[in-house]
Amino acid sequence: MAMIRPLSAPGPDLPVPVSRLSARSRNPAVRGLQRMTTAIRSNRKATWGFVLLVLFCLVSAFPWVLAHDDPSAMIYPVSLGPSAHHLLGTTGLGQDMFAQLIWGARPVLLIAFGVGLGATGIAVLIGVAAAYLGGWWDAVLNLVVDVLLVIPLFPLLIIIAGYLHSAGTLVMIAVITFTGWSYTARQLRSQALSLRNRDFLEAARVRGERRLYIVVVEIIPTMTSLIVASFLTNALYAVLFSTSLQFIGLGDPTVVSWGTMLRSAENNEAFQTGQALWIIAPGLCIVGLGAAFALLNYAFDEIGNPALRPLRRARVKRSG
Amino acid sequence: MRFALRRLGFFLLTLWAALTLNFVLPRLMPGNPAVAMIAKFKGGVSPQALKALETQFGVQTHQSLISQYGSYVGNMATGKFGVSLSQYPASVGHIVMDAIPWTLGLVGITTIFAFLLGTGIGILGAWRRGGLLDSIMPPTFVITSVIPYFWLGLVLILIFGVQLKWLPYFFSYDYTLTPSFSLSFIGNVIEHAILPAVTLLITTIGTWILTMRNTMITTLAEDYVRMARAKGLPSRRIMLDYAARNAILPNLTGFAMSLGFVLGGAILIEYVFNYQGVGYWLLAAVDNEDYPLMQALFLLITVAVLVAILISDIATAVLDPRTRDAG
Amino acid sequence: MSSGAAEPVPAIADTAAGVRRGRFRRRLEAVPGLQATTGATYQPEHPDAILDVRDLSVEYLLDSGTVVAVDRVSFALMPGEFVAIVGESGCGKSTLLFAIAQLLSPPAEIIGGSVTFAGRNMVELTDSALNAIRWKDLSVVMQSAMNALNPVKSIGAQFKDVMRAHGVTARQEIASRSAEVLRMVGIDPIHLDSYPHQLSGGMRQRSMIAMALLFTPELVIMDEPTSALDVVAQRSLMVQIAELKERFGFAVIFVTHDMSLVSHFSDRLMVMYAGQVAELGPTRQLFDSPAHPYTVGLMDAFPSIRGPRRPLSGIPGSPPDLARPPQGCRFAPRCPKVMDRCQADPPGLYQVDGIDVRCFLYEGAVGADRWSKP
Repeated sequence: MAMIRPLSAPGPDLPVPVSRLSARSRNPAVRGLQRMTTAIRSNRKATWGFVLLVLFCLVSAFPWVLAHDDPSAMIYPVSLGPSAHHLLGTTGLGQDMFAQLIWGARPVLLIAFGVGLGATGIAVLIGVAAAYLGGWWDAVLNLVVDVLLVIPLFPLLIIIAGYLHSAGTLVMIAVITFTGWSYTARQLRSQALSLRNRDFLEAARVRGERRLYIVVVEIIPTMTSLIVASFLTNALYAVLFSTSLQFIGLGDPTVVSWGTMLRSAENNEAFQTGQALWIIAPGLCIVGLGAAFALLNYAFDEIGNPALRPLRRARVKRSG
Repeated sequence: MRFALRRLGFFLLTLWAALTLNFVLPRLMPGNPAVAMIAKFKGGVSPQALKALETQFGVQTHQSLISQYGSYVGNMATGKFGVSLSQYPASVGHIVMDAIPWTLGLVGITTIFAFLLGTGIGILGAWRRGGLLDSIMPPTFVITSVIPYFWLGLVLILIFGVQLKWLPYFFSYDYTLTPSFSLSFIGNVIEHAILPAVTLLITTIGTWILTMRNTMITTLAEDYVRMARAKGLPSRRIMLDYAARNAILPNLTGFAMSLGFVLGGAILIEYVFNYQGVGYWLLAAVDNEDYPLMQALFLLITVAVLVAILISDIATAVLDPRTRDAG
Repeated sequence: MSSGAAEPVPAIADTAAGVRRGRFRRRLEAVPGLQATTGATYQPEHPDAILDVRDLSVEYLLDSGTVVAVDRVSFALMPGEFVAIVGESGCGKSTLLFAIAQLLSPPAEIIGGSVTFAGRNMVELTDSALNAIRWKDLSVVMQSAMNALNPVKSIGAQFKDVMRAHGVTARQEIASRSAEVLRMVGIDPIHLDSYPHQLSGGMRQRSMIAMALLFTPELVIMDEPTSALDVVAQRSLMVQIAELKERFGFAVIFVTHDMSLVSHFSDRLMVMYAGQVAELGPTRQLFDSPAHPYTVGLMDAFPSIRGPRRPLSGIPGSPPDLARPPQGCRFAPRCPKVMDRCQADPPGLYQVDGIDVRCFLYEGAVGADRWSKP
């Protein structure tokens, strides 16, 4: 006799949907953040990325916890291999490599967050303004964004940094911010445009709210997840661009950073002297930090577009 | 037609913006850097060249800003880029022309190859969902696309150049040889190009793969793909003719836009491998404060990106009948 | 009443040519002779039917759980018959349609039942076996032609590729047949070279119908083909479809949310609610004396243009969440005639005067507990 599994009641082998959000806030920004927290916890890529990012932030905030040596002091014998005293050995200039690595995180993260916040801020301003003001303003701003998008960023950065001869952390942040905001501005403008005609905005307009109020209180909080994604994108490019600039010698040589470490390594013939670690270690850190931003960003893509997530296979084999 | 005119207008506008940036930047910097540059080269160049430099960079001239700008734009438009200071007396134009084929070869060929290969992998990756590959592919290529171009170059040099000694890694060819079109020389060139090309390939392919896979997945959910299945068409035809042909359209524009990034990366790669292309010379110019050369190369790279956008626009028009009518 | 012996479930690898591409992998259990919860036996004999759907169930595998979108739907289709499937959004009618045509894609999967067409159970067939049937015997017309036609290929090219896929390779033959079907729907064959975006909405829809008739199949499945059109175009399209059906004698399954549109054209009407068949029977009878309270509510919601004026009425409430379907009758929360029993037990399908109704009101009526025979 064939038995039918009752289809109208969930059986014990069906996953019970768990609602993680017991209290859903009315504020769209808080809702957005709640969604993101859920998302980070449930998506493996996002969790990894987030953990990695937090790790880097902690290291850069409290470098003295892990590294006991002064990173710039050239007091040790040169080119030692890894040992108990020097976890990664010493550089060709007699500095403790591990200390350099740990202390070197700080400028990179400063630049990443500085540019992330700055560029995203400008992008939100311009993107939303263009979408909301419309008309002539939109056309002009759009044109500016498009032109800036086409002009190759890295060569421009090289030229500006070249004129300046060497760019300290603050200058680096400023330069990368002012050249790099256009990409995310474009994305934010598209989303703002699509939101413009939504009903809740119409309701606000009818209520008689001022334009600025509508933009700040209604539109921007709804765009929270895209704004966070923009931040991640800008931070990622800041890391890659700044370390590249430092590598070719346009960064501040007095600051110990992963990029300047690599420059030092190259200048001091790290290849020939067999100091692979000098090259590999800072590079891996850059990849690690970049991967943290990129994984979080990609996970957000997947969250926004569920079709991109890895396909689930049926976990329960059906029986007749 | 209107569409083409608008695009042309946009290109000219961008070119003008790049020119103006070139003009404005040195004058904006605290203490015009050109002053130091000119002082540095004072003894080494002819007085006429010096005068031209002063005009170009606005040092000690009595010309108004407007007329400086006018003569600057005029010179750029007619190709009078001046002499290179670091390679005096070679003209900027000469150096640029020498460098272009190397970069075109390395970056051009590698990028096209990476784009085709990446797009192909992306298409297949989207077609075959639900396996181990499907879960591994995105994170893997997300990570490969954040590897700094120069660092990967260094690592590859470390492994294949220094440790294993399989491949050369310095310069575009063995500089003890004289350039010729002989087979052995060409072979030598290719040998020198392998490591830089592989570096560029690994760092850039991730983006092509992931964007193609993502657009493909979205396209596969479209009604016309379901319709193609309903019609009983063979799978390969659906994958290529219905899905891929539509999915690739947004990627073509993306390709042109990212060319700017690729060129940026190529600069670093040429630097690491001492590959005498446009990027190498740009960095050399920066190092030597050779501003005329620097500016010319920046303009060249901008033009290259614009040309790429133009080509992708044409390709989109060919492949997508909707844009043809919209214009 | 017990069913016949349950057949062994074929494992995926045992099926003929069981090689699948990832995306088109599908479940292979065929479950004939099923036992309904009320203990009724399904009448298996419909020798004349061209399509026999039995206890078809479709499930969506989501991150948050599984949703049964189609719950044991059964009906049989006779040659040349026009059956309309109506229901509100989310009742599963489009999913049912695609399940019949074997066009579901992940996360949707057929988890039970059979779809017998041309003597074979399509659920079990491999892609290559299905491709032989597709379009020649069974074709599909979708809702929005703008989305259903490949935007980068001309109409003629899309006709050509389906003909070539089914063995028609002679250029002359392809060209003449393409022109012929276009003329059938009243479009100038010059438009074979046009792209979808160059045609008007109505023309696009008609060219989709023309494409569906390239091989004059036995069955044409239509998923809301008129929803994207204005009322005038809707009517003219329906008339066109009726004419073609008259001429070529194909059967039609027509999914729509607009009952009044199909009322003049369909032979039978199936009302779906929350993934189940609520009512199934001859159209006229359903309109004149609807049985299920849901159908009554639907009919009331479409006021007649003639007759006395009365206030608009609707059905309060909304359909149940199919991720957690209710224990008893799915319509119970909204039903004006709800009884205590309705909340606890799910009703089976009862036959009354030739109509199948899923409602306890009709249990014990003449000929109850039998599935309908058209």
